[in-house]
Amino acid sequence: MALLAQGLHVVLMLAAAPCLVGFIRTLKARLLGRRGPPILQPWRDLVRLARKQPVLAENASWLFVGAPAAAFVATLAAAALLPSFARGMTTSGLADLLVIAGLLTAARVILGLAAMDVGTAFGGIGASREMLFATFAEPAFLLVIFTLSLLAGSTNLDVIAGVLQGPNIGLRVSLGLALITMLALAIAENGRIPVDNPGTHLELTMVHEAMVLEYSARHLALIEAAAALKLLVWFNLIAAIFLPFGLAPPGAPVAGWALGLLAWGGKILLLALALAGFETSIAKMRVFRVPEFLGIAILFALLAVVFLFVSQGFA
Amino acid sequence: MTGLLLPAMAAVATLLFALGLGSACLTGPAIGSHLAARGSLLLCGLGSLLALAQLIANPTAATLAIGIGLPGLPMHLALDGLSGAFLLLLMLTGAAASAAALASHGADDRTAPFFPAFLGGMALTLLADDGFTLVLGFEAMSLASLALVLTDHRNATVRSAALLYIGMAGLGAACLVPAMALLAPDHAAADGAFGFAAIRAHPPDGWRAPVVFALVLVGAGSKAGLAPLHLWLPPAHAAAPGHVSALMSGAMTKVALYVLIRVLFDLCGPAQPMGWAVPLVLFGAFGAVLGGLRANLEADIKTVLASSTVEHIGLITIGLGVALAARAADLSGLAALAFGGALLHALAHGLFKSLLFLAAGATQHAAGTRRLDRLGGLIHRMPRTTVLVLVGSAGLAALPPSGGFAGEWMLFQAVLAAPRLGGLGWQVLASLAAALMALAAALAASAAVRLIGVAYLGRPRSPRAAAASEPEFPVIAALAGLATASLLVGLFPGATLRLLAPAVKIAIGDGMDGHAGWFAIHPQVDQPGYAAPALALLLTLAAVLVTLAVRRWTVAGERRGPAWDGGFGDPPHWLPFGDPLTQYGGASFAQPLRRTLAASLMGAREKLDMPPPGATRAARFAVTLRDPSARYLFARIGLWRGRLSHIADFMQFLTIRSTLAVMFCALLLLLAAVAVLEQL
Repeated sequence: MALLAQGLHVVLMLAAAPCLVGFIRTLKARLLGRRGPPILQPWRDLVRLARKQPVLAENASWLFVGAPAAAFVATLAAAALLPSFARGMTTSGLADLLVIAGLLTAARVILGLAAMDVGTAFGGIGASREMLFATFAEPAFLLVIFTLSLLAGSTNLDVIAGVLQGPNIGLRVSLGLALITMLALAIAENGRIPVDNPGTHLELTMVHEAMVLEYSARHLALIEAAAALKLLVWFNLIAAIFLPFGLAPPGAPVAGWALGLLAWGGKILLLALALAGFETSIAKMRVFRVPEFLGIAILFALLAVVFLFVSQGFA
Repeated sequence: MTGLLLPAMAAVATLLFALGLGSACLTGPAIGSHLAARGSLLLCGLGSLLALAQLIANPTAATLAIGIGLPGLPMHLALDGLSGAFLLLLMLTGAAASAAALASHGADDRTAPFFPAFLGGMALTLLADDGFTLVLGFEAMSLASLALVLTDHRNATVRSAALLYIGMAGLGAACLVPAMALLAPDHAAADGAFGFAAIRAHPPDGWRAPVVFALVLVGAGSKAGLAPLHLWLPPAHAAAPGHVSALMSGAMTKVALYVLIRVLFDLCGPAQPMGWAVPLVLFGAFGAVLGGLRANLEADIKTVLASSTVEHIGLITIGLGVALAARAADLSGLAALAFGGALLHALAHGLFKSLLFLAAGATQHAAGTRRLDRLGGLIHRMPRTTVLVLVGSAGLAALPPSGGFAGEWMLFQAVLAAPRLGGLGWQVLASLAAALMALAAALAASAAVRLIGVAYLGRPRSPRAAAASEPEFPVIAALAGLATASLLVGLFPGATLRLLAPAVKIAIGDGMDGHAGWFAIHPQVDQPGYAAPALALLLTLAAVLVTLAVRRWTVAGERRGPAWDGGFGDPPHWLPFGDPLTQYGGASFAQPLRRTLAASLMGAREKLDMPPPGATRAARFAVTLRDPSARYLFARIGLWRGRLSHIADFMQFLTIRSTLAVMFCALLLLLAAVAVLEQL
């Protein structure tokens, strides 16, 4: 049963990730008064890229060739660990938040190295800025983990989701602040507006798109799939922690999964709507504004921890 | 059989000293240096086996008295789990460094005899069972490493680094010697007063305990590179030859931590005030962030690695602080978790940092420079070295499932559980430490990308870098051995912790029961934890799946062409490797961090000197960095030293009468003091 849930989860994540990107694109286009591409367009792009032969720079090394697959593997492993519609999957014992953060860092480091490999200015600028953003994002993420581990007594996501699903948590100020932090982090980590613009690499503050400028064909397909998967991982992370409603408990019958699947789809759609609305209503910020943006995220996370201490102290 | 372990280990340490003496006496320095390297390799290999046997068999602690030393005061040696764990690290890194020394090609013939003596000094410190032997070994280690740092003494930066080093070593000795004297109980037998057994029976109390704590924190902490006394470490570790800096960063800093652990956790009694842990956590967090930041800013690959050592020592110290506080609060589970994490991270860091320093030495030998702005493209010329450097850097950046990740995971878990120590103070301290540790980990990842991306990837920035070649077999073998060891630690952290459990038992009084399974480590008993082999299995499975999918659904083969680079044209033909200045270098990669974090924390200032329009001279760009510890601590001390010497200066210009009067008064005071003391 657990293995079946696991397999279904992985297939679902892989299939849904490009659709999510397509859905957000369509939604944004509609909000701007355009028709927009069909939702399946990212899948079509992947298929088109897979049919082409890659062109490598003359001095590209094996690291450049292997990096897209390695980054995708790290992201896929992180995706496999998260609970989506049911708890108690095969990997639930492994689903430690620090491990997930480590896997996402590994994907980022691999792509950053690959960006430096050909020795072009674009790759270097992208890698250096990506690592800068990560430097400010990591403390905020860890403080959120701190809040959750204080509440649940564990850093295991499966356990945390179970505790937060339970009746004796209720609404907490700390969780609200942590949610704001996680939303800001999801925007920064996935290079969405206002931190970076995923639609183009012709921006002056390019980060992620500048890193992958030298890639083509199947390598680019893997990178784009990894980026889409990463967005879904962050959505799923927020959904599992802050909206754990409908998550099927461990050992639930297959019928229980249907509710979980339905709830999961609803949550992801809700987050996609929120992201599209936020992105269309805000302008991109200068690159040296981003540390301030993430600094506010750190502040909110710190407030979340302190509120928790204070509320526990009075209780 | 197990009774022979201590004599054998003592023999190894003695033979290392004898080897240093013997190779110095040999006529030709080249023969001497070869003998020193080969002998050290043999002895360290033997020592690793002995340390491993000690940890596996874990017999009761054995002691040994040797009738040499001060008159009437034999040297006491002992071998227990704690010293065994650190001896294992020392001997493993020592063997790798000796193998690399085999290929040093006479660059360090004159100082080669000090190399085995350095190893011997560290082994003696770890084996010591009385204060006198401990200080003797510690100072032998300091002096031998000073001589090794001075190998390239014609270079002025090396000399100034050595001067700072000897100053800090002097400070360390000035703190450790009185600390050992204060530890010795008043009413013990004269010949055993310094013995650790006597100290354990009567741990220091009253005013002595905090004084001993402060002295050991400064004495051992400065040697370990604990901020803010880390200032000597980056220049000194960068100045020494590659195999020596590998030992200094990998082993010597850990020996200093061993002294700290031995005194705080073992000799000072079973429980200390919880307040002692606060400076450990604070200084550790400060050093972790500062070291991580400096690793992103420095321009020399070995200085980058040395700065990252400061960072990792900071992380380990945080773990030690949490363990000390948890032991005082009687939370033995948390204490074992924190101490085990610190120990695991010390072992992992020792292995991967020695690997990276040896590789940096090989890189310097191959490319003729250590400067980031003159390297580049080495992955094509030194493919094997680059792979091994990547393995080491995965530990540096704490990427799962490397050895660095397992250690940092445990340290994070310990800090996340630290609010249980109680009080709002500890809760705020723990959240602060957690945020700063995360910042340090992210900075380390950034530093790893910068180090590898600039030095080993990209295009060569100098002809020497373009013509670099792989190091010789012994160096590659040493690198591969260290990489294998650190991969094993990363994949089997649970088994490694079980191996280290005797050390945890000595410090905490409680083993790793329930925390370390063979295949997983758990923050709390019966809770899901971190299962490195399962994670590796998952990653392998995903990799197989992705490879099959790529094979099945994409077009095979690839074409090569000029780099796209946003559509820029080909470089001019007189630049065969492209225009070197369009490539991101160390200074440009560091720019975002320099402008944000380092502007305030490191006092980073950029100065751009642009020629006016029409002028043909080159533009100049200069960066100045000032370590806060230099700015606010060392500069102030220097200022006060200057003022005091200025005041004391008037003594030199006294007339003959005044001089005689001063001397007479001094004599009178002395006699009066003696008279008063006689009366007491």
